[in-house]
Amino acid sequence: MGIKKLKGWALATATGAAALFASAAHAVEIEYWQYFFDARVTAMEKLISNFEAENPGITVKMTTFPYADYRTKVAAAIPAGEGPDVVQLFYGWLNDYVKAQLIQPLPADSFPPAQIEADFFPMVQAMRAGDNYWALPTAVRSLSLFYNERLFAEAGITAPPKTLDELVEVAKKLTKRDAAGNLTQVGITAGMNAQDHHWFREVLVRQFGGDPYLNDYKTVNYNTDAGRKALEFYTGLVKSDKVTAFGFMDEPQAAFKAGRAGMHLDGSFRIGSLKKTRGLKWGVTELPEGPTGIKSNYSSYWVNAITTKAEGEKYDAAVKFMAYVTSDEAMQIWLDVVGELPAKPSVGMTDANANDPVFGPFIRGLAYAHTTKFVNESAQRQVLMDMVQRVDIQGQSVADSLAEAAAAEQKLLDDYYASN
Amino acid sequence: MYRNLSIKQKQIVWAWAFLAIPVLFYGVIRFYPTGNAILISFQNWNLLGSRTWAGAENYIKLFRDPVFWKVFQNTFVYLLLGTPISLLISFVVAYHLDQLRFMHGFLRMLYFLPFMTSAVAMAWVWRWFYQPVPIGLFNNFLASVGIPQIEFLRSTTNALPSVLAPAVWAGLGFQIIIFMAGLRSIPRSYYEAARIDGVSTWTILWEITLPLLKPTIVFIVVFSSIGFLRIFDHVFNMTTNDPGGPLNSTEPLVLMIYDTAFNGFDMGYAAAQTVVLFVVLLIVSLLQLRILRDR
Repeated sequence: MGIKKLKGWALATATGAAALFASAAHAVEIEYWQYFFDARVTAMEKLISNFEAENPGITVKMTTFPYADYRTKVAAAIPAGEGPDVVQLFYGWLNDYVKAQLIQPLPADSFPPAQIEADFFPMVQAMRAGDNYWALPTAVRSLSLFYNERLFAEAGITAPPKTLDELVEVAKKLTKRDAAGNLTQVGITAGMNAQDHHWFREVLVRQFGGDPYLNDYKTVNYNTDAGRKALEFYTGLVKSDKVTAFGFMDEPQAAFKAGRAGMHLDGSFRIGSLKKTRGLKWGVTELPEGPTGIKSNYSSYWVNAITTKAEGEKYDAAVKFMAYVTSDEAMQIWLDVVGELPAKPSVGMTDANANDPVFGPFIRGLAYAHTTKFVNESAQRQVLMDMVQRVDIQGQSVADSLAEAAAAEQKLLDDYYASN
Repeated sequence: MYRNLSIKQKQIVWAWAFLAIPVLFYGVIRFYPTGNAILISFQNWNLLGSRTWAGAENYIKLFRDPVFWKVFQNTFVYLLLGTPISLLISFVVAYHLDQLRFMHGFLRMLYFLPFMTSAVAMAWVWRWFYQPVPIGLFNNFLASVGIPQIEFLRSTTNALPSVLAPAVWAGLGFQIIIFMAGLRSIPRSYYEAARIDGVSTWTILWEITLPLLKPTIVFIVVFSSIGFLRIFDHVFNMTTNDPGGPLNSTEPLVLMIYDTAFNGFDMGYAAAQTVVLFVVLLIVSLLQLRILRDR
């Protein structure tokens, strides 16, 4: 190797190293945390690489861990100055995170509340506290009615039900019993343990003319005429219409997957596993409307928020990243990869998405969906499960059981708001 | 310095040197968390924010919580049904198995197998057995012979015994092995002497076998009592749709602790329940040791 060549090498190496150090000095690395779910990780990797391409100088490092460890890890890391700058959390946990000072509000100049309220589906307003939004979703979930096309054809039913009355009529045609009168196929699955407690709270109570909660979900309001009619309708599916049984085949989705249930109410997150079920031909339709034509739905979602750890240039980078993951482009990618619904009508209500045979009914449902502000979702679900069990197993009257449930749930809410 | 120690003292030094690791391990893994749990029981903490002092608030709340008393009662039903039933069955099986020579090893293996099976897998299989028509094994059989279905798990009265049955079955293998070891350790000469005296089989059982099995019985009673007081995996896995249900009829204390801590994130309240469980276990074990010990 000649001297000249060697000089050239040395120069090139030095320049390269200088360039490397220069860019390293300007690069900001922010951390993003979410729980491990295959499709979500794939989608987020795609979002991160798009974001990094658009914003040279910012890198995003994603960390994932099991769902069960989520809360403890986040809680331990942020006060110690470690962990995420942007974090994903369930909407129901927002209050706890705000109170514990783990997240900071989104800046009003980049995320003006009025703009958010114009852009996003209405249930996202639950993420506003005071003058600021604290977190925003990329994707949301809602409920729809799945139906078994093969069983529908066999029973001569041509169209899925549009109202609750039609639902009962159709369910009757789909119910089958053996010679001893034991159910062998149900018209519709039933079980408060699955999604039915959301159906009762946010859909049935409203459809029978009520408002399930008052005072920003701090006061239980379903112990009313409307609530009673809603519970009578719901337990009536088992008691008077006899089109189903609670706990039939252990779990509602199992009965539907096995082709032993004509209809099944479930969330958009079920689509993936139903698509994988071999031999099942299913369709999906919007939730049936109530006796007076009221439509309602329940929506839940995971949100992203900026943690209190992010400061200075990391904060600026985190704001940019938040803006990207709540953009139209990010939502379309999330829908295509994960199958979760876009949080903005501008993406959801495009002709292609809103008329999609599978996603369409869920997306249309978002327009009139409500989001319950739970203080402890599993305990509040338990209250409604117990309410139905008392009627079903112990023969308590609908009115008494409803009153007991309303009192129990009110106590949960009062205890929580008293200590928080 | 070491040189100047007496042999006795040197032995003590070495004993502690070897004990250091287990002692340290126990201190960090057992005693520190136990102390911490007792501390948290007097605090409010949701895992995220800072801990705040609550005084005896968590214990007062516990005392006034009707669900806690229901759960407390369930826990003792598990204990009072589970321990005697499993003790009786395992003794009868071990007693007869001990006298059997034909396929002895094979039969012993069959009894021991459930003990080695994962409780989760077993609970799910039994959960399927208990389902109503058209999938449940038991109810399908009943229906096929024209008997009305029995609600095993969806009933406030049947659910607890239904959940307990596989738990008892799963523990049998271990107890049978312990009983057989106990039976083998009784000197043959006692039985030979009794037979020469022409004593009946019942008298041999009452006067020789059972009294000499007492240490074994004490061990099994204490061991299985602790097991039933801490029952969790069978209940949780057989009732995941409505954990501890229906209407809390199967909920044991450990499940309530789990639910309070990791669904409600009310760590202080959960710690208070844990302390109560600890005290109950301590009292029950001490009582049993006192009642059953050799006079």
